[in-house]
Amino acid sequence: MTETTGTIFIDGKAVGFMQGQTIMDAALSAQVYIPHLCHYPGLTPSGNCRLCVVEADGRRAAACTTAAKAGQQISNNTAELNAARKVITQMLFVEGNHICPSCEKSGNCKLQAMGYHLGMLEEHYPQFNPRRVLDASHPDILLDRGRCILCGLCVRASHEVDKKNVFAIAGRGADAYLIVNTVSGKLGDSNLDVTDLAANICPVGAIMFKERGYVTPIGERIYDRQHISDVAMHEHVTEQKGDKKR
Amino acid sequence: MLSQHSELKTGNNADADFIADHLLHRLYRLQQQHRHIPPQLMVEVAREFGLPVSQVVAVVNFYSFLYQQPVGRYHLLFSNCTSCGYQAGEVNLLALLCRQLNIASGQTRADGVVSVDETSCIGMCDHGPSMLVNGVPIVNLDEGRIKQLCNLIAAEQSLDDWPADWFRINNHIRKPDLLLNAPLECGDSLKKALAGDALLMLESIMQSGLRGRGGAGFATGKKWLFCREAESDTRYVVCNADEGEPGTFKDRVLLQCHADALFEGMTLCAYGIGAKKGFLYLRGEYRYLLGHLQAVLRRRYDSGLLGASILGQAGFSFDIEIVIGAGAYICGEESALIESLEGKPGIPRIRPPFPVTHGYLGRPTVVNNVETFIAATHIVQYGSAGFSAVGTEKSSGSKLLSVSGDCRTPGIYEYPYGVSIQQVLDDCGATQVQAVQIGGPAGSLLAKKDFNRQISFEDVSTGGSFLIFGENRDLLSINRNFARFFAHESCGFCTPCRVGTRLLENSIGKIADGRATWRDVDEIKQLSGFVRHYSHCGLGHTAANHILDSLRHFPGDIQNLLVQQAFTPAFDLDAALETARQMTQRDDADAHLE
Ligand SMILES: Cc1cc2nc3c(=O)[nH]c(=O)nc-3n(C[C@H](O)[C@H](O)[C@H](O)COP(=O)(O)O)c2cc1C
Ligand code: SF4
Ligand code: SF4
Repeated sequence: MTETTGTIFIDGKAVGFMQGQTIMDAALSAQVYIPHLCHYPGLTPSGNCRLCVVEADGRRAAACTTAAKAGQQISNNTAELNAARKVITQMLFVEGNHICPSCEKSGNCKLQAMGYHLGMLEEHYPQFNPRRVLDASHPDILLDRGRCILCGLCVRASHEVDKKNVFAIAGRGADAYLIVNTVSGKLGDSNLDVTDLAANICPVGAIMFKERGYVTPIGERIYDRQHISDVAMHEHVTEQKGDKKR
Repeated sequence: MLSQHSELKTGNNADADFIADHLLHRLYRLQQQHRHIPPQLMVEVAREFGLPVSQVVAVVNFYSFLYQQPVGRYHLLFSNCTSCGYQAGEVNLLALLCRQLNIASGQTRADGVVSVDETSCIGMCDHGPSMLVNGVPIVNLDEGRIKQLCNLIAAEQSLDDWPADWFRINNHIRKPDLLLNAPLECGDSLKKALAGDALLMLESIMQSGLRGRGGAGFATGKKWLFCREAESDTRYVVCNADEGEPGTFKDRVLLQCHADALFEGMTLCAYGIGAKKGFLYLRGEYRYLLGHLQAVLRRRYDSGLLGASILGQAGFSFDIEIVIGAGAYICGEESALIESLEGKPGIPRIRPPFPVTHGYLGRPTVVNNVETFIAATHIVQYGSAGFSAVGTEKSSGSKLLSVSGDCRTPGIYEYPYGVSIQQVLDDCGATQVQAVQIGGPAGSLLAKKDFNRQISFEDVSTGGSFLIFGENRDLLSINRNFARFFAHESCGFCTPCRVGTRLLENSIGKIADGRATWRDVDEIKQLSGFVRHYSHCGLGHTAANHILDSLRHFPGDIQNLLVQQAFTPAFDLDAALETARQMTQRDDADAHLE
């Protein structure tokens, strides 16, 4: 067992934590699910999606970027917070072009799984229908920016684990978009490899492998078989190449 | 070349003294030279600065004044602020300008001569409708001037030959008080401080009760002490002169008239915390002040008030450099400002850790507003007792207000904290006032019944913006303006603000267009709550205040515009057919829904 240095209380449940851990770290190690999309254990947390916002001692804070403090009282699985999470998920849906029925990621997609988790039955807000450039220049990997939720996971994975720095986010406000760190701006000119974490970590169908359609049939995919809250318990970046989890 | 002329106007071909060797400056020069920054130059700059290409691309994409497509040789950016913007009463000066130039806003004319666009408040609210021409402000625009301006452009007249009074910017100090009245001799406060211990000086700043003037109101002495105590061998002093809050222009006037007191305040801070280096982060809209600020710095170096061994005190050295922004309101947020200082897009950092412990380059950094540093200079010079005797219990001293909008004498008004809103209205000759917006779009909208309230941290707090709306103003158009401002200025980092500000803009537009129902109003209220409570930084936290205030204080204005039915779609069905009509080249009755 790991040694704890303090205890926080998430929805009343006592959860131990070690010095330096965030609320999210502590929750995950205690098998408590706090919804998240832009966080992946092992990568530096970013706090951009805002799904993991909890109430820590009465103040709203992103669990993935807030340090656990002994005695902290945290509300997580409440009707109010989950309602907000649903709205945030709806925002992510309408902001991009999410073509679930025809998307190869369907069933393996975290955004979709989050929608199910939160009981989202409609997109609610008017669609933005953005026109974002698709990049098919890489021989093995397709980048469809229309489905990107700007979570920055590929950016961090490439930088921190693959040590390649292939991606970045550029632009401001609703015009923000994913860019590729090459002179041409094209993915085909990057050294992104199919085994890179950055090529595998995308929670949605923005970074996908070419010519690898429907290997697993719909109905038997990750979130067809398991709930997102269970899958999240087993996610962690492993440093070795080739042993990367989706 | 026109760019050279405009450089003359901005004093920019003066020596590059005190200008940091900075990515934003390099990109600015390229923008001036090429009127945009083509991809191959981004690659070159990246190589030059030893940065990933993606960082340079991200920066060019982030800042409003850096372009990927060429702008015109005359690049006109009309302010869209409710005070210094293009809407002059009933007349839309931007529309007039575009008609005259035969151009659409947001475009560069095919001949490459001219481009027109809007920009967020340029801080000329006391000068009426204003714009930036190749980065230089011209003010007091009206129909006559717009027509004249179009003629000058048609004749391709150099900016140097444009009427000089268009460029004349006044200080409009209408009511001086504690700070603006007190004479401050260069170096006097520093001499006083150096005569004693640095801690003693910090003590007096703390005792004065000085709180930050930039909006948040954190205790200044405490901030300086925290920074001093933070573990590090290097510390920085940063002055926040980003002044992007629409309706605020007091820092502009302070930079113009009291730059010495500002630099002295920064130097005092350096002495207090043990910093050797400071930055003035100046908003791009105020680039025209650069020559003046450089001259003041030069003088201070020459008098031994900056540089090595300040005032002969061995071991106390301090340098100040100026970094100029490139059009991004979010860079006024202190951690975004620091990111920008580091040559990155202005994305607010995760806080904590706060800049006092992890700021510029990860080192302890004090960030203060222009007015805060000047108040500190005053306190060291005249003592903390006199300062804390002025104002209210929790708000010591005085506040500079930037008063503009529907009043007789817009300008700078300094008052002891605790002044009532009505008093300010009386002093600036504002009659028949419907509402005031205090603290900018992020602040509070107040109706008549609240005019007895006070300007103070305890009551109505403001970074300085005081916008007055007369009885015949359409408040919803103000809300629409503010909503656009936030959607435009959201940095895009976090979901609730990036998407939510855009949704709010659309919903308010729907009301203004007379297509909304009561259901839309409920939606706005809920959405506002989400944006406020779940966003990452202060921009998102405050972006919906204005519409919630309007709904609270002026519900009738909005109700009158609602359609009396349960639901109307967000989009206009008939308008949605426009593309199809264009493609089929039809516009007959059958090609329309009604
Ligand atoms: C969106 C946003 C914009 C801001 N803009 C400014 C600004 O233009 N000038 C300023 O002094 N402070 C601004 N602030 C406040 C700064 O973050 C910071 O609190 C301030 O510079 C600290 O200085 P002070 O303590 O002297 O006020 C802004 C904050 C936010 C959230
Ligand atoms: S491409 Fe995928 S991983 Fe990368 S930012 Fe977009 S959604 Fe996130
Ligand atoms: S609240 Fe808005 S401005 Fe602040 S980090 Fe989020 S997107 Fe950026």
